[in-house]
Amino acid sequence: MKLAYWMYAGPAHIGTLRVATSFKNVQAIMHAPIGDDYFNVMRSMLERSRDFTPVTTSVVDRHVLARGSGEKVIDNIVRKDVEGSPDLIILTPTCTSSILQEDLHNFVEQAQMSAKCDVMLADVNHYRVNELQAGDRTLEQVVKFYIEKARKKGELPTAKTSKPSVNILGISTLGFHNHHDCTELKRLMADLGIEVNLVIPEGASVHDLKKLPQAWFNLVPYRELGGMAAKYLELEFGTPCVDITPMGVVETARCIRKIQEVLNAQGADVDYEEFINEQTLYVSEAAWFSRSIDCQNLTGKKAVVFGDSTHAAAMTKILVREMGINVVWAGTYCKYDEEWFRKEVSEYCEEVLITEDHGLIGDAIARVEPSAIFGTQMERHVGKRLNIPCGVIAAPIHVQNFPIGYKPFLGYEGTNQVCDLVYNSFTLGMEDHLLEIFGGHDTKEVITKGISAGADMNWSKEAKATLQQIPGFVRGKVKRNTEKFARDRQVSEITLEVFYAAKESVGA
Amino acid sequence: MTLTAEPQALNFECETGNYHTFCPISCVAWLYQKIEDSFFLVIGTKTCGYFLQNAMGVMIFAEPRYAMAELEEGDISAQLNDYAELKRLCEQIKRDRNPSVIVWIGTCTTEIIKMDLEGLAPKLEAEIGIPIVVARANGLDYAFTQGEDTVLASMAARCPDKAPVIESDKKERNAIASLLNFGKKKEDIDIENSEYAKHPPLVLFGSLPDPVVTNLTLELKKQGIQVSGWLPAKRYTELPVIEEGYYVCGVNPFLSRTATTLMRRRKAKLINAPFPIGPDGTKAWIESICAAMGITPKGLVEREAQIWASMEDYLQLIRGKSVFFMGDNLLEVSLARFLIRAGMHVQEIGIPYMDKRYQDSELELLKKTCFEMNSPMPTIVEKPDNYNQIERIHQLKPDLVITGMAHANPLEARGISTKWSVEFTFAQIHGFTNARDILELVTRPLRRNHNLKDLGWDKLVREGVRANI
Repeated sequence: MKLAYWMYAGPAHIGTLRVATSFKNVQAIMHAPIGDDYFNVMRSMLERSRDFTPVTTSVVDRHVLARGSGEKVIDNIVRKDVEGSPDLIILTPTCTSSILQEDLHNFVEQAQMSAKCDVMLADVNHYRVNELQAGDRTLEQVVKFYIEKARKKGELPTAKTSKPSVNILGISTLGFHNHHDCTELKRLMADLGIEVNLVIPEGASVHDLKKLPQAWFNLVPYRELGGMAAKYLELEFGTPCVDITPMGVVETARCIRKIQEVLNAQGADVDYEEFINEQTLYVSEAAWFSRSIDCQNLTGKKAVVFGDSTHAAAMTKILVREMGINVVWAGTYCKYDEEWFRKEVSEYCEEVLITEDHGLIGDAIARVEPSAIFGTQMERHVGKRLNIPCGVIAAPIHVQNFPIGYKPFLGYEGTNQVCDLVYNSFTLGMEDHLLEIFGGHDTKEVITKGISAGADMNWSKEAKATLQQIPGFVRGKVKRNTEKFARDRQVSEITLEVFYAAKESVGA
Repeated sequence: MTLTAEPQALNFECETGNYHTFCPISCVAWLYQKIEDSFFLVIGTKTCGYFLQNAMGVMIFAEPRYAMAELEEGDISAQLNDYAELKRLCEQIKRDRNPSVIVWIGTCTTEIIKMDLEGLAPKLEAEIGIPIVVARANGLDYAFTQGEDTVLASMAARCPDKAPVIESDKKERNAIASLLNFGKKKEDIDIENSEYAKHPPLVLFGSLPDPVVTNLTLELKKQGIQVSGWLPAKRYTELPVIEEGYYVCGVNPFLSRTATTLMRRRKAKLINAPFPIGPDGTKAWIESICAAMGITPKGLVEREAQIWASMEDYLQLIRGKSVFFMGDNLLEVSLARFLIRAGMHVQEIGIPYMDKRYQDSELELLKKTCFEMNSPMPTIVEKPDNYNQIERIHQLKPDLVITGMAHANPLEARGISTKWSVEFTFAQIHGFTNARDILELVTRPLRRNHNLKDLGWDKLVREGVRANI
């Protein structure tokens, strides 16, 4: 047992439902007790979905415990087949079905005999995988199912498209800024003269999946979703996969160069260097921003980064490589992907944190006292408590992270958005401290955030006044360091002299 | 119609039980705030945690006094010892929060793996010295607000069964009495006690926000009725005394297990009354209590009329309009009854579970209201089927659908006004004073629609887009 107040990644069935409901005309039936269909509420509220979420429950209640849910599950599948005429019904196990250990495979087979649509059981185990892993698996499972089906029927097209084309894998419902990213990626592909063969799962029909092998390559923008399906397609059809997240100027260029390499290997003869150059120097504002005085002011400022693998890694690189910001630590809650994450970020930050424990993250933020945090909604709240600004870069997210306006994180427009996010986070902090320096309205007596800085130290009037002029967000630290300095030297009163001596000595 | 005509019988139906509602563990959200010295430990899986985390929104960041004991694979396969694990977590809670009670919320998982929480609790309680109350608020058996019912039923067993003899002691024990006495001297209290009629002790049950508790308590005081205590009180240590023969009365329609426990185990007498929701319900509730206490109620008719009159602006908006309850929180019958009295037509009352005995007086009042308002008897659909309901909604085209958040946006996009049902659970809706707040909620979509009516964009899905789940 684990005492938990907050979790970063949801349970497995959420991942399956995200993939299932991203497809067009796919119905998910959860094998779960009453109340486990909270997914529908999230989709309806966070994504403000106009359509009914195609998720229903085959309810597990007392009767089911006594008699098993065989008939009921089969009836529910057959009923949904008639009512909604979906292309596919995905029976979704939950934590409850994991322990009931009923033969859901068998129910699916039986239901398949009477249902017109395809029926499948999502192959995920609640106790082994989380939301992200489950989503990746389910996507692979659906792709595989329809490739094999088409192959059996002899309907699998084998020829590649005449012009270079791409499948974009991993865009899904409830994904962080996924819809905007998808638009931006399509735009980027159009600029590169690449046709988009298929985007999955969002908005795709399962009947189109057989077209997947026609693409020249697969683009997997997110580390968390689509990797398994891409690997499957590579094994089956030799379709190369580009899995560099085009987030940030440098990574976007790297992604495009990789695409160029992949296409030229298939005889496309494309050269994107001119495009990259043009975009980087004149279209995207990000490269210019990094040279501007605004960004110069951010040099060496301390930040911490936490989120899913994709966004935390990309953000760390952007902050360090493109803006000269000092990322003290970067972390992810994708524990299962630790090795990859470490490899990606270790040269950019002093420390790598891999944990699912929000308490540890909160403490690590308090310890470092960064000028800005880039994290999830949880880190935003830690920031609120510590008075440190936070830019939200990854799920878990709230309704305000599903903006109506166009806000991609990927591609060249994404680089502009990220600049705004970073700059706004830091300037908020700056504004705050300028206000405190010049406004003089700060009459707060309390200057620490509760971590005992020793109430028994004597500060001279002048020293105290000077301390008050230190910007709010570093004042606590300055005070602690100065007192430590004084204590170490057995000085009982902190005068201006001691204050400056401490500053010189420890850089407080 | 002749005056002797009997009201028709109500029509009850039962569907498949395929509907959306909150998991009953959500009761921790309001109970941990109500019972200030409690700590709620939900023993379940990531699924439970994910639900709570998302359903409670910002409250999660405010250091709530609740946590998950998240079961891992080792717990399920019994490789780990339940007792040792729970002991470890409860000791940590004791260390960090020092609560006066730890409430264990049993979930679907603990039911299925048959974790003997009721057996483990007394042992652990003795060992760590903090009371442990066990409530099985799981989705296998219950819906949404019924979670509170399971917690209060367990708490009922913990109420002291003997009134302390010393007066000062009693004052501490009884939060309501001391609240109303404002620390006055004993003599003053005796004088004040004489303001109350002589009647057997009365304890009310149901968790309500403190302002509503005070409000209803004062409402009864006007009739000379003294409330000896509330289940639950502000603090676990202030649970009311319940002796054999005490009278008890519920304030919410979903408390049938608590009522049963109070009657059978505590030998209390249940006053079966309509619930104090809406001015009509509040009046009927007070009248029923007065009747049981042998007191003639005074001034209630005027009071009710005055409240109705004060709501005339809202009433004008809803008179003659139709409403459809999809059903998810068990407040449906009381709200429907109030809205019929307010002049609306209720097309369907969906409800997760219908206890006809506990809600007997409420159902009677519903019948009477329909008869007096000359409104057709609505069908009460227990364990509704959301798919069928949406078909019926498309057919009936109600002016307002009261429903959960899963359906609200999709229905709005199809031009059907909705009110999110969960708000009725969290808003203050009890007593005369709060009747207006109910109508504020009910009329909100109608007022919004009125503001936007000339824009011509009430249907925002393309023709041919699937209308159903």
